[in-house]
Amino acid sequence: MRAFEYTSPKTVADAVAMLSSEGAVALAGGTDLLSLMKDGAASPSRLVNLKGIRDLEGAHRTDDGFRIGATTRLASLEENPTIRESYPAVAQAVAGVGSRQVVNMRTVGGDLCQRPRCWYFRSGFGLVPMHEGRSMAKIGDNRYHAIFGNSGDAAFVNTSSLAPPLIALGAMVTVSGPDGERSMALEDLYRTPASSDESEFTLAAGEIVTAVTLPTASAQSATYDVRNRKGFDWPLVSASVAVSGGSARVVLGQVAPTPWISTAAGAALAGGLSEESAAAAGNAAAEGASPLSGNAYKVQLTRVAVKRAAMAAMEG
Amino acid sequence: MPEYIWPAAADRRLIGTRLSRLDGPVKTTGKAKYAYDMNRLGMLWAVMVQSPHAHARITGIDTSAAEAVPGVVRVHIIQDVGAEIQWAHDEIVAVAATSEEAARDGAAAVQVDYEVLPHFVTERMVDDAPDAQPAQAETTGDPEAALASAAHRAEGSYHAAQIAHCSLESHGQVAEWEDPENVTVWASTQAISGVASQLGEAIGIPASNVHVETQYMGGGFGSKFSADRWGVVGVELARMTGRPVKLMLDRDQEVSVAGARPSTHSEVTAGADSDGNVVAWNSRSWGSGGPAGAGSPPIPYVFGFDNQSHAHTSVPTNTGPARAWRAPNHPQACFVTMRALEDLAHAAGMDPLDFFLKNIERTGDRAQTYVEEFEKGAELMGWRDRWRPRGSDTGTVRRGLGLALHTWGGRGHRSNCEVIAYRDGLVEARIGSQDLGTGTRTVIALVLAETFGLGIEQVKVTMGRSVLPTSGASGGSTTVGGVSGATRRAALNAAEAVFERIGPRLGTDPTNLRLRDGMLHFADGSESPMPWRQAAALIGVNPVTAAGANPGPGQLTDSGVGGIQMADVSVDMETGVVGINRIVAVQDCGLILDMKTAESQVYGALIMGVTYALTEERVFDPVTGRMLNADMEFYKLAGIADVGEMIVHMMTGPGYDERGVIGLGEPPVIAPGAAIANAATNAAGVPINEMPMTPERVLAAIEAGGMA
Repeated sequence: MRAFEYTSPKTVADAVAMLSSEGAVALAGGTDLLSLMKDGAASPSRLVNLKGIRDLEGAHRTDDGFRIGATTRLASLEENPTIRESYPAVAQAVAGVGSRQVVNMRTVGGDLCQRPRCWYFRSGFGLVPMHEGRSMAKIGDNRYHAIFGNSGDAAFVNTSSLAPPLIALGAMVTVSGPDGERSMALEDLYRTPASSDESEFTLAAGEIVTAVTLPTASAQSATYDVRNRKGFDWPLVSASVAVSGGSARVVLGQVAPTPWISTAAGAALAGGLSEESAAAAGNAAAEGASPLSGNAYKVQLTRVAVKRAAMAAMEG
Repeated sequence: MPEYIWPAAADRRLIGTRLSRLDGPVKTTGKAKYAYDMNRLGMLWAVMVQSPHAHARITGIDTSAAEAVPGVVRVHIIQDVGAEIQWAHDEIVAVAATSEEAARDGAAAVQVDYEVLPHFVTERMVDDAPDAQPAQAETTGDPEAALASAAHRAEGSYHAAQIAHCSLESHGQVAEWEDPENVTVWASTQAISGVASQLGEAIGIPASNVHVETQYMGGGFGSKFSADRWGVVGVELARMTGRPVKLMLDRDQEVSVAGARPSTHSEVTAGADSDGNVVAWNSRSWGSGGPAGAGSPPIPYVFGFDNQSHAHTSVPTNTGPARAWRAPNHPQACFVTMRALEDLAHAAGMDPLDFFLKNIERTGDRAQTYVEEFEKGAELMGWRDRWRPRGSDTGTVRRGLGLALHTWGGRGHRSNCEVIAYRDGLVEARIGSQDLGTGTRTVIALVLAETFGLGIEQVKVTMGRSVLPTSGASGGSTTVGGVSGATRRAALNAAEAVFERIGPRLGTDPTNLRLRDGMLHFADGSESPMPWRQAAALIGVNPVTAAGANPGPGQLTDSGVGGIQMADVSVDMETGVVGINRIVAVQDCGLILDMKTAESQVYGALIMGVTYALTEERVFDPVTGRMLNADMEFYKLAGIADVGEMIVHMMTGPGYDERGVIGLGEPPVIAPGAAIANAATNAAGVPINEMPMTPERVLAAIEAGGMA
């Protein structure tokens, strides 16, 4: 393992300054970064521990919504009464992580910024691994890879547990960097890289996620995961649904290089939740999928996950 | 000479009771030291450089950068320039350093150049195989003609993926030379005596100078019989450096090079007459477990038909080589055979329980055992009330039942035991066997205590060291018969020797003495019973020692068991997720020494069975030839939430007990996959023919069966 510096700043400003050097990486819960380093898939020159920054931890109501600090752990999110009552899709996503140890350690910011589980990436072939000019995932074993957003060479899937429910609920993300603080819709944190030289995040150099803000809840919401194992296992497909007033959002996880917003599925639910609209949303979500050689089954799982998430949201 | 038999049922004090394993407390408190836990003064850590290619030739090795890494003490080339590598993760160079981190840095700094050669890793379609080796077909009768005239026929293709042993404690050892002629090796092994011999030969010292120790072992399942290349390398590095060396495999190595169960792919056609008698069987199979391909599974399994034919093709692949996986070849053969018979029962319009019973004489010697076991199993599962024809259930999540049967030998291996009775009353068994976590230590103590009429706390078991009287490798369900036979004989001989020592001192004939309930009894009633401790004091300062062996005189062990399993599963028709509701396992294994550790063996086997049935497979990359899931993230073992309710019933009493002790490690792991697949098929209404039964495969089966 490459030797690295370790720093533990007390303020966001110090953290941003310390992250400005080449090869510096932010460390929060460490559930992803440390395994990347052990596998040789990441070799930072400096780790900047964010857990010593008080401002980044904790979740509380604000005038116009609910703010979750980036180093808030999933366990405390799971226990938060506001999350449980007003944002069930988020609580259900945390429950779906399936490992008490991970839930205890993983932070919200770390979950949103975790790297893909793609087995080519984890083996050191890069984010968009290529073999003789072709996408390795596309010609290799892609049973867990993307069925949407895969028209380029990138075929990994975003595996954030929290991004689908938070995006469905209309969350904003706040980031801080050398040029100060900015906010954007959470979905805008993500991008699909064209090559391994590019990032899957829109963060500029030195920028870190500091908080996520949810609008005041009036939505019915739910998350549904399809998993092979009941315990700790990555979902094969997950779907989050949030319906509020005359609009609905459906966001899929594990199906594309970014959290995948299904506009058509959202439109199918906009008129309200019912058994019929849930089934229609499921079918709409599966439209336009472009499965690879070994993952067509994920199209069916998408259909079912959306339908069941919608049904769960209806049943509250 | 004593009579070498087990006590009659009325005279048993410990045999057949539920004794908790003796090493439970030290394991649950972390005091038990496994090979991985051994840390010696001045010890070096060794890490191996592995091939990133599945098939390649080494064209250059440069170790200079590794040697310059601070902390690196020795760099040892295992396979040099010119060597042809046949699988990814194969070991090329070992680096020993003063810390694990330095060893890893050193390994990362070794530069190996390869000429990459073409690889073949996906044997799913046999026609792809470049080096497939057709084995000779075996045919009895005229299956083609019998099929042509059969009233009912069923055809199917059945597939079981390649899986790994995935031992929780990986392979490896700590080696320390005491002097230039003697080395101690704390190894994670199923065969301390065999490993001592292999290491002695490999490093050129007498086997008796290699002291192998294994007190506790974190899983082997058939993959830990050999000293292995990393064993020799570790001992050599310790000799070269003059320091103890720890070399344990990493998880990725463990699942990619340290053991695999071959895949089995098959096509079967079977036929039955109008009464449901199976009259014809015709099958072919192929599979791979690495560069040597795979041997032929015994298909059809257990059953023999008048007209049957089977042909097998061994397919070499550039994957880490196969090792014996708990009941080698049986789970695959059971899966193929029982799935096909379930399909034939369905074609004949019969409940598979009736269908199996109708054909039970075709299983041979154990037919009556299977009948009794099916009766018990049906009662525990509620089979007669609950079974419905295939596809009867409706709705999104559908429930179904399935069954399977299996067999195994399990005769005790060669084993020697020495029993020592001391004047303080302690009785010790010394035996060169190893406890893999199965309860071997506990049953040795139980046999010794039973024979001396003592409590379990009054005896001691010394084992797990190769300097002790030689015992066999723990594999193939041979251990319990071997160690219990040897211990019983040694204990009976020791008791007799004690009587001969103390009889004259008590003024009675040695044949007048008995041991029971912690007391020395006088058979003729001439004296009141005397506490054992008081009697033992008469032994004197020189303890009494006696030996015993297995095999030996008397009927203490036997071979050959049956066993049936039934599964109740649910299939989510929309997601393809299979869930286990309940598994019933009914198992015989002759005379059961410790009911609790016996049942534990079955529970463990069922969990392993659920895992290979539902989630577990080695995934190989067609592009790089590497194993893609050489981790415990995507190499998926079942968790406690996945295994459902497990009901275990052991057959005991007349017809079973008098057979003597028979091994139990393998048999219960054979049938779970078959029973679960049959239950999933019954539930879904379409054949579920591939293990593991992942959502992907089950959805494909539902779609192919027109049920989507």
